[in-house]
Amino acid sequence: MTKAAELAKMGEVITNGQIGGRRNLIINGAMQVAQRGTSFSGVTASGTFPVDRFLFHVGSLGTWTLSQSTDVPTGQGFAKSIKCDVTTADVSPTGTDYARIDHRFEGQDLQAFCKGTSNAKQFALSFYVKSPKTGTHIVELQDADNTRNISKAYTVSSANTWEKKELIIDADTTGAFDNDNAKSLTIAWWLSAGADYKSGTLATTWGSPTNANRVVGQVNIADSTSNDFYLTGVQLEVGEQVTPFEHRSYGEERQLCYRYYYQMKAATSFMKIGHGRAYSTTDTTATYTVPVPMRANPTGSVSAASDVGTAGLSAGGTTSVNPAAETMDDYSRFAINVTRGGGGYSAGTIYQIESDNNTNMTIKLYAEL
Amino acid sequence: MAEIKITNARYWRYPLTNEITHIYCNIDNSLEQSFVPIDENNKHYQAIQEWVAEGNTIEEAD
Repeated sequence: MTKAAELAKMGEVITNGQIGGRRNLIINGAMQVAQRGTSFSGVTASGTFPVDRFLFHVGSLGTWTLSQSTDVPTGQGFAKSIKCDVTTADVSPTGTDYARIDHRFEGQDLQAFCKGTSNAKQFALSFYVKSPKTGTHIVELQDADNTRNISKAYTVSSANTWEKKELIIDADTTGAFDNDNAKSLTIAWWLSAGADYKSGTLATTWGSPTNANRVVGQVNIADSTSNDFYLTGVQLEVGEQVTPFEHRSYGEERQLCYRYYYQMKAATSFMKIGHGRAYSTTDTTATYTVPVPMRANPTGSVSAASDVGTAGLSAGGTTSVNPAAETMDDYSRFAINVTRGGGGYSAGTIYQIESDNNTNMTIKLYAEL
Repeated sequence: MAEIKITNARYWRYPLTNEITHIYCNIDNSLEQSFVPIDENNKHYQAIQEWVAEGNTIEEAD
């Protein structure tokens, strides 16, 4: 094989996605990981993650059932997608009503874009979408560090049919992404928007956001309870070239998701969490380690305080549980504080903290952007 | 519109150290009691700050 032929072959191999790994900056782009659950009904407000890392963001615009679906594009290697099912329609969104799916990035993971420099790179975004509407849909990039946005329209040609979209979004020589663990960029797939977001001219270049120019032309996905919107195979790459989707293993994606949200659910009654020393008659702590360090000091919660027990003490006595009362500075290890309002501990004694006599206990640590 | 809905916010004093380290509250209408660290890099703490700026008050710790 000649040198030229070798180079051509190498280029082909790279383009076909056989080498050149870690091209995709999206976490869970194949929608495989859904720690919180696989279906959420009656959604009318923001905060639901139908799958990990993808946030449904909605205000005053319909009622939705969000789920991890097995409806996927044929022959592309995907098994899961996000499904957004309209259960109460909003035929005429008004004002600042909105519905969209967000994916958010830490600034330190975006430095390769060289944003804010003369060497700034383009954003190559690709995804598979199945929309109930033909016509214009909007994806928006939001730079949280410099308050700069850009919107990109894509066209759905056939309703209720999987289509792959490839968008090359302008580089931005103004405003660098902060090199830290805070939110720097949001990619938003709009599903519908009120007039306040649509009344101007679409902002197709980076600049300070003007609401009226953000979502111009967007169809209304929420106008009928027959409507279902699907998304999968999301990939963001540095540069001007979209390449085939970088499939990663479930285990690898799950580890990446744990940085932002981790929950552990008891699989058996009396599942042991850890051991610790009571420091009063009402309180004890125990320590546990999470699979990967979290992004930031997390919000902790448990399914119910009474789901957490103490071996050897009467069930149901727990009145409060702070799952992350203490933490290591890299957020890799935590102390859970268990309070028994009625007492029962003997100060200085070691206790075993465990789930109660059921499998209800779920401990949740939240460090999303 | 606020992205995160905060209700029933109260400071939490860590019994071991007697220091206020968290705010416990309900988030997005969940009945679960969430413990939000007093940390600027926590998204829920940011939301609580916005909630306070809107005129709401965090109750004193027990």
